[in-house]
Amino acid sequence: MIEILVFLGLLTLGYFAGLYFERRHFEDIKRRERKTLFVPLVSFGAKQTLPAAQTAELFIGSVVVSTDYFKSFTASLRNLVGGRIVVYESLLDRGRREALLRMKEQAIAWGATQVVNVRLETANIRSQASNNGLVAIEVIAYGTGIR
Amino acid sequence: MTARQRNPLQRSAITLTTLEGVPGKTIVEHFGLVQGSTIRAKHIGRDIAAGLKNIVGGELKGYTELLQEARQESLDRMVQQAGNLGANAVVNIRFATSSVAQGAAELFAYGTAVRVE
Repeated sequence: MIEILVFLGLLTLGYFAGLYFERRHFEDIKRRERKTLFVPLVSFGAKQTLPAAQTAELFIGSVVVSTDYFKSFTASLRNLVGGRIVVYESLLDRGRREALLRMKEQAIAWGATQVVNVRLETANIRSQASNNGLVAIEVIAYGTGIR
Repeated sequence: MTARQRNPLQRSAITLTTLEGVPGKTIVEHFGLVQGSTIRAKHIGRDIAAGLKNIVGGELKGYTELLQEARQESLDRMVQQAGNLGANAVVNIRFATSSVAQGAAELFAYGTAVRVE
């Protein structure tokens, strides 16, 4: 009985706290994206003629994001029937945009006019020992800032 | 931003880019592939904190910092290797991450060392 109560408690906490933090994070991301819109990010640049610029420097942004208790639970249910796992989609979206923003903000602080040849990399860093559905994803964004 | 403050190498003589050259300069000599890697395990305190954070989700700051430090170290090793070869730039840099054992991650950076003028 007590186990069920703990489980339901965690599920409710995960749902409300997770939703609250995610919404707040998305608002923050949108605000920062608008603020940094003046510097374009492009994913090409390696095969083109080199852009006319004085200096170039590497910039890296990274973030580790994880699911909340509610998301892990619904995803494990979803695994039974298959299909889209919407709760993970928003998690990864959030991670990628955050990583890109961190890279971009560093580049802007340095004075970049453009960030070229941006690459995104995703890695799962969950430890195999914890079979509790813990999902931790690391997203790295890196590119060359030019000015 | 903290990663950059801890990092004196990006301000050093070696230019790092993900492009196939350095803008405004021409490549005069190639030294071939340089690489740096490091394998890090997260410590138990961070693991417990992350386990608690996992109830509400979101960013795991402890892990983010840990991996940033580790990535910086792999980058530093790559730069050191390039410096030993006499290069003044590393171009076409790529990063990769893999989890080799439980709770440990390998961070890997590679690129081509060149001399530009």
